[in-house]
Amino acid sequence: MKFTIAWLKEHLETTAAVDEIAEVLTDIGLEVEEIVNPADRLRDFTLGRVLKAEKHPDADRLRVCEVETDRGVRQIICGAPNAREGITVVVAHAGTYVPGIDTTIQVGTIRGVESHGMMCSEREMELSDEHDGIIELPSGTVGERFIDWLAANDPSKVDPVIEIAITPNRQDALGVEGIARDLAARGLGTRIERPIAPVPGTFASPISISIDKDTIDGNPYFAGRVIRGVRNGPSPAWLQQRLQAIGLRPISALVDITNFFTYDRNRPLHVFDADKVNGNLRVHRAEGGEQILALDQKTYAFESGMMIIADERGPESIAGVMGGDRTGVTGETVNVFVESAYWDPVTIAHTGRKLKINSDARYRFERGVDPEFTLPGLEAATSMVLELCGGEASHVVEDGAVPDTTRAYRLDPARCSSLVGMDIPAKDQRTTLEALGFAIDGDMAAPPSWRPDVRGEADLVEEVARMASLTNLEPKPMPRAAPGVPKPILTPLQRREQASRRMAAALGYSECVTYSFIDDASAALFGGGDEARRVANPISSEMTQMRPSLFPGLLQAAARNQARGFTDLALFEVGAVFHGGEPEEFEILIAGIRVGATGPKDPHGERRDVDVFDARADAEAVLAAAGAPARTQFARGANSWWHPVRSAKITLGPKITLAAFGELHPGVLRRLDVKGRAVGFAIHLSAVPEPRAKGSTRTALQISDLQAVERDFAFVLDANVEAINVVNAAAGANRSLIEEVRVFDEFVGGSLGEGKKSLAITVRLQPRERTLTDEQIDAVGKAIVEKVSKATGGVLRA
Amino acid sequence: MNDLRKRYLGEIAGAADEAALERLRVAALGKKGEVSLRMRELGGMTPEERQVAGPALNALKGEINAAIAAKRTALEDEALDARLKEEWLDVTMPARQRPHGRIHPVSQVTEEVTAVLADMGFSVAEGPQIESDWYNFDALNMPDHHPARTEMDTFYMAQAAEDDRPPHVLRTHTSPVQIRALQDCGAPLRIICPGRVYRADYDQTHTPMFHQVEGLAIDRDISMANLKWVLEEFFSAFFGTTVKTRFRASHFPFTEPSAEVDIQCSWKGGTVKVGEGDGWLEVLGSGMVHPKVLEAGGIDPSEWQGFAFGIGIDRLAMLKYGIPDLRAFFDSDLRWLRHYGFAPLDVPTLHGGLQ
Repeated sequence: MKFTIAWLKEHLETTAAVDEIAEVLTDIGLEVEEIVNPADRLRDFTLGRVLKAEKHPDADRLRVCEVETDRGVRQIICGAPNAREGITVVVAHAGTYVPGIDTTIQVGTIRGVESHGMMCSEREMELSDEHDGIIELPSGTVGERFIDWLAANDPSKVDPVIEIAITPNRQDALGVEGIARDLAARGLGTRIERPIAPVPGTFASPISISIDKDTIDGNPYFAGRVIRGVRNGPSPAWLQQRLQAIGLRPISALVDITNFFTYDRNRPLHVFDADKVNGNLRVHRAEGGEQILALDQKTYAFESGMMIIADERGPESIAGVMGGDRTGVTGETVNVFVESAYWDPVTIAHTGRKLKINSDARYRFERGVDPEFTLPGLEAATSMVLELCGGEASHVVEDGAVPDTTRAYRLDPARCSSLVGMDIPAKDQRTTLEALGFAIDGDMAAPPSWRPDVRGEADLVEEVARMASLTNLEPKPMPRAAPGVPKPILTPLQRREQASRRMAAALGYSECVTYSFIDDASAALFGGGDEARRVANPISSEMTQMRPSLFPGLLQAAARNQARGFTDLALFEVGAVFHGGEPEEFEILIAGIRVGATGPKDPHGERRDVDVFDARADAEAVLAAAGAPARTQFARGANSWWHPVRSAKITLGPKITLAAFGELHPGVLRRLDVKGRAVGFAIHLSAVPEPRAKGSTRTALQISDLQAVERDFAFVLDANVEAINVVNAAAGANRSLIEEVRVFDEFVGGSLGEGKKSLAITVRLQPRERTLTDEQIDAVGKAIVEKVSKATGGVLRA
Repeated sequence: MNDLRKRYLGEIAGAADEAALERLRVAALGKKGEVSLRMRELGGMTPEERQVAGPALNALKGEINAAIAAKRTALEDEALDARLKEEWLDVTMPARQRPHGRIHPVSQVTEEVTAVLADMGFSVAEGPQIESDWYNFDALNMPDHHPARTEMDTFYMAQAAEDDRPPHVLRTHTSPVQIRALQDCGAPLRIICPGRVYRADYDQTHTPMFHQVEGLAIDRDISMANLKWVLEEFFSAFFGTTVKTRFRASHFPFTEPSAEVDIQCSWKGGTVKVGEGDGWLEVLGSGMVHPKVLEAGGIDPSEWQGFAFGIGIDRLAMLKYGIPDLRAFFDSDLRWLRHYGFAPLDVPTLHGGLQ
């Protein structure tokens, strides 16, 4: 909402400066977004008097002027035809920026004669399009600032424009009058009441109005009248300036008058060309499919239930949203029908949203204008039409009735202390509310008709508090909910998230936060891309699907970094993935990827390509940090975006999948433009079981003083036998003695022959009661060989 | 005897290596060593002679032993010195690589915010990001036609043709978690709800996804003055300097009264410094929870009241750490992550500090 200070002063008598007004507006909830003060850029221009003007010796059209200025007499060359002795002019000295020509004036020489400044036209100062000559002022003294002269003699030229943000509850501030009321209630001046005298009609309106019964809830009240014999020329300068100052284009007197009341009193009006209206006007609900060419030159089709103002021919206006083109006024219009109606905000909001029309009328009606002002608004508009366009007004025609908005809420002065924490005397609370138009009766406060937002006691408190200024609010300590040391507040899942996040970073991964929505193709690669997870109104084709996995975002991030020249990457993310389109269909995961090598080349020869076992180590470390049990199982058959034979799931029994790790499918990488191989892991943080033991006590430590013994075995196996089977078989040979089985070497092919491999393990035996004898050790060894052989077909390597 | 002593001590001092030393030890003290033989002769002496010769021989034996031990240490030291000289290494060569992952500023700041507010008794509540129309709007006193809905640039989820519910939305704020928490936990209640939120907007200062943290405190006599205290305490702890706030009247459908909150700051040389100067920076919206919102959460507004506030986590991170561009938060540029990210063990705590 924009307005100018001069416009405000039509409704508010105040001596407050612009800055003070702006500060108060922001403080009372009408937040100032911008102040444009035309005076700011004209600050340096001063008045001068031309003492002498002679023809330039070398140019017929130029004059050499002696100008008396605040800096003494200056010689200025001027090309304006009216530059002559004795006139008072506006001078830009050297160093002054002239906005209309986007130039800073400098001392120069024009055809051999020096010029020390410039005498300006209105256009050069962007005051108007006037450029026939330099400004000649009828008054003013030499050296006076031009903006001071303007303020005294032509204030609209330096009228500051303020733009405020309108919160949804403050439709009343969509009129300058409402803003003035707020400021007056704060004590920033006195409201200037502008009573509206009804204009008596002199004849019966040839156009009548009716509202269909089923439409009365959407259009409770409609008033209008014909004014005949108008001249719809340009509106007067003052009105054009008002509208131009707030960014509206003057169109014609009639249109400008409706725009004026929209902004002055928050009362949208519509003017029909009465000669183009066929018969009477009727407000009714659309059946659906009716069409209208609206004032914005677009054709709209009504949906069933929308409200239409129609004549005998059909729809002539999208009620409360935008008028029709056919009955719009033109320069030739002589007879008009002026509409002032009250529309139901909900219906207007729905219609406006569906038709995608953002008009001043919709904006106001959907927020709720003052229903009581419907008829006064018509009378005020009538007066102005008669004044500016002449003509003769008919009697008012109307249908329906102004809806009764009377209601009252208890004003409990203590509520302000309890809710806001400000002690404001009861008397002051009442005064404030009365200044805002509330009627106080005993302890009940009735909101005015222009405040549909006030709906309860808390709203009264809000009005009182904002007028008293929340800047005066003193902080008051909030006691702890319970005395003593605060209890831990994180849930197990939240702790898991934090621990696993920091573990991943400690392992060298950098944390990414990627968008939750990704493109269709990427989503499809990871089991998503369905209708349920589709965003209906995405802002980009890259952001259409709620991600089914964290990998697409990470892999795309990897591709972007590769394109920037970073090839060795470890990236992870913690966040939600979406299994469907319902609120509960999400899950928190942590996933990481490694791409490229372990690090840059180094003299220690440690650089190597990342591989599946990096991913597995990371997965296990992060799982451990998340509190997963140490004993887990492996299962093949991870999802399709993994390499089919270089990936696995980490499970707890047959039902719980804790994680997956491995190499990402090369086909997936290719589609996501990732170069080289990528390995990664993903962990279902919510699948990690909660620790069984509730207390903090650990089980007792059991260590043996007896020395442990390690023995190595190497088995020749078929190449596709999995190491874990060897390890498990060996461990099963003697569960009480064997503490650990570790694979330490693998050798494939070579002298072993095609399809064979050798796997070497170390078995650690921990005696509990007495030192092991060689016989005992040999016996365990034999048992290990047997078990492994039986489980895997492996034989001890000679 | 003196000759013997002089000779052996001399030869020990001149021994070139461990082997020579050993030879000398055997020659003197071995089974058939000169000193040993002399000691064997003691048996054939008179008691008087023995009384003189015995201690002298023993002393000689001890002296030779000590000399050998001393020489041995000296030889070892020499050998070590020589070895150390040979082991010269260019220590300016690069170190072995150690991993250096980083924590994203959004996570770090979320933990910082949590650390401060947990101390004031707030726990962390979470909720879904795909949210029903009711939780995101209606329950927060924004019925279907409310203008605030259109101002929110909401993302809607696609909908099956036969589904006659209002379409689900990507939550436009973390406020729906208030409702869920009130329904689940009742009153009194103190929670914060950090998380992702979505608005269909993309330009210099807006991204279609960003992060908010919502605060909610419900009790019997909580007022806006308490809110101001909590926020000032929070900002001061978070920024590590005393931060004043300024409350301005405003409007949000879910609070009544409502206030925009500015924090004190200065604008010098194009950078914002929080907690100094006489400028103000708008950082959050807040207010007393609207009675209708309490009702939607199943709480009796005649018995309970409280405040709510919502602030941008990304915004807090930008302010505190001088991060210029919001869009870069979600770009995963490694250079950005390394520069603005945090070390893995840099866990924010109140006792250790949040800076």
